[in-house]
Amino acid sequence: MSDQTLKKQDFAKLDRTEQPKELVVRESISAWKDAWLRLKENKLAMISLYVLIVIALFAIFAQFMTPYDYKTNDLSSTNLPPGPDHWFGTDALGRDMFERTWMGAGISLQVGLYAALVDLVLGVIIGGIMGYYGGKVDEILNRFCEIMYSIPSMLVVILLIVVLEPSMFTIVLALSITGWINMAWIVRGQVMQLKNQEYVLAARTIGASTSRIMFKHLIPNALGPIIVTITMTVPSAIFAEAFLSFLGLGVQSPAASLGTLINDALKAMTVYPWRMLFPAILISLTMLCFNIFGDGLRDALDPKMKK
Amino acid sequence: MVAYIPFFQHDMEVYKQLVRYVIKKILFMLLSLFVLASATFFLMKAIPGNPFQSEKNIPPAIQQMLMERYGFDQPLWKQYITYIGNLLQFDLGTSMKQQYVTVESVIKNGFAYSMQLGVLAILVSIVVGVLLGLVAALNHRKFLDGFTIFIAVLGVSIPNFVVASALQYIFGVQLRWFNVTGLYGPLDYVLPVIALSFLPTAFIARLTRSSMLEVLSADYIKTARSKGLSGRVILVKHALRNAILPVVTYVGPMTANIITGSVIVEQIFGIGGLGKDFVSSITNRDYTLIMGLTLFYAVILMIARLITDVAYGFVDPRIKLTGGKGGS
Repeated sequence: MSDQTLKKQDFAKLDRTEQPKELVVRESISAWKDAWLRLKENKLAMISLYVLIVIALFAIFAQFMTPYDYKTNDLSSTNLPPGPDHWFGTDALGRDMFERTWMGAGISLQVGLYAALVDLVLGVIIGGIMGYYGGKVDEILNRFCEIMYSIPSMLVVILLIVVLEPSMFTIVLALSITGWINMAWIVRGQVMQLKNQEYVLAARTIGASTSRIMFKHLIPNALGPIIVTITMTVPSAIFAEAFLSFLGLGVQSPAASLGTLINDALKAMTVYPWRMLFPAILISLTMLCFNIFGDGLRDALDPKMKK
Repeated sequence: MVAYIPFFQHDMEVYKQLVRYVIKKILFMLLSLFVLASATFFLMKAIPGNPFQSEKNIPPAIQQMLMERYGFDQPLWKQYITYIGNLLQFDLGTSMKQQYVTVESVIKNGFAYSMQLGVLAILVSIVVGVLLGLVAALNHRKFLDGFTIFIAVLGVSIPNFVVASALQYIFGVQLRWFNVTGLYGPLDYVLPVIALSFLPTAFIARLTRSSMLEVLSADYIKTARSKGLSGRVILVKHALRNAILPVVTYVGPMTANIITGSVIVEQIFGIGGLGKDFVSSITNRDYTLIMGLTLFYAVILMIARLITDVAYGFVDPRIKLTGGKGGS
């Protein structure tokens, strides 16, 4: 090219109408829209999502659907089978099982969601710090995480609840004590990968602050794996809570989670099996839907992760 | 095809690395155990009141004697040192609610049952899980595949206390095929083992399926096929051997699942194993027993995790270097 010298006509203005502009056939699709489209294709995942919404709606509005509430004892009508009056029957104290089951579903969902939320906040902050700063900070925090992680979490949770009296708050607290580590590691890995990319360098060059880079550039790009992890945390927290209820460390009466209801029903299962039926179906259905939806979400958000 | 490097050539290097790795992991394990032991101790001490207050109207003199007997009248740091010292001699202490019953004897009595159930459940999960995964992968995108995935998702989603009580109700109470509770004959193992192995089976089936699908499309399978080997040889010697490697990574979590599972299953089926002791120690607030059993469970879980880590560290370089064991 060196033998060519630039002449004046090289800088002449091109007639724009001469060449057709790059033709945009489809409207541009953002990554989120793309993921949403992929998710919508997945029928099972969408059905699960709808089922979960229905369960949540019932958990909220069931209290207005019958004249009963979850805590009033009625000793004249104990252990009734399902019927037109009490749709899911009554328990040993004559409490309406329909109300209790949906109330239990609500508490189980809340435990799952709060646990996921605490994991999210702690995990993103600590994982972000580990990934972004690296070096000594990362090493120390990572060691700490490894020690925490190597202690069997269920045992820690049990010990904590034995010491702190069981309530929804303490259960969520206990579940989060070890729960955030997984999320922190995922965020750490993502941030480490992303922080060396050119757009982060560009942002830093024009003087963006660390927190801005963190929350405007790094975290949004790591959101896919974060969301998938949350979706998978919820069912495991629900299961953990049910397991605690089974040990008598769950939400205390008169409130109930699905786990406590199942545990109560278990004692009289040979005589009144229906008391077991609805909570058991509901907890299985909830976890099933979260698992399927989580799988679908993972496939939609990150096709590379697809199993 | 990836060049086959004989195992002995990098044998020494791998071996050295492995030893270093195992030592590091064991040191780490001891450290975590120490943290857990200390945490349990201080957590239990943080409970307000003393453990004998709940008993009915104990005269102060007797309470004092009890306190002395369990060493609770000593300053906290002294108690802590005694506790750790006892632990180093594998002395887990005496139950607070049952007189003269040591934690050690509780473990000795209960562990046999839990161990039998656990080992059986692990065997069943591996055999059935691998078979299911294999069938699914060979019928990829056909009915059996979908069916297996469905079973696998179901297995991960239905909590094991629901499985256990459903099995007990249907086959024990209604059909009367099995005893409802107890562990007296070989038939009594059937329901608890099914309940215990439900989740791990589902998980292993899923793992095997996905890794089998990956392996089946690998180059060395094509090579084996082009050499004219029979389908069965390829399947068993080449594909399956590699496909079940990821199952190794599941040993740690599986042990955790089986332990939490056994707590539930033993309670439901009335089996006097360690899980049942654990539940009753919690309901009775028998603190020494809770602490002892927690530590015992922790040791088992950590050993399982160690096995997983070591096996993984052992398996991994071989995969990278030789591209599969049956490759030559």
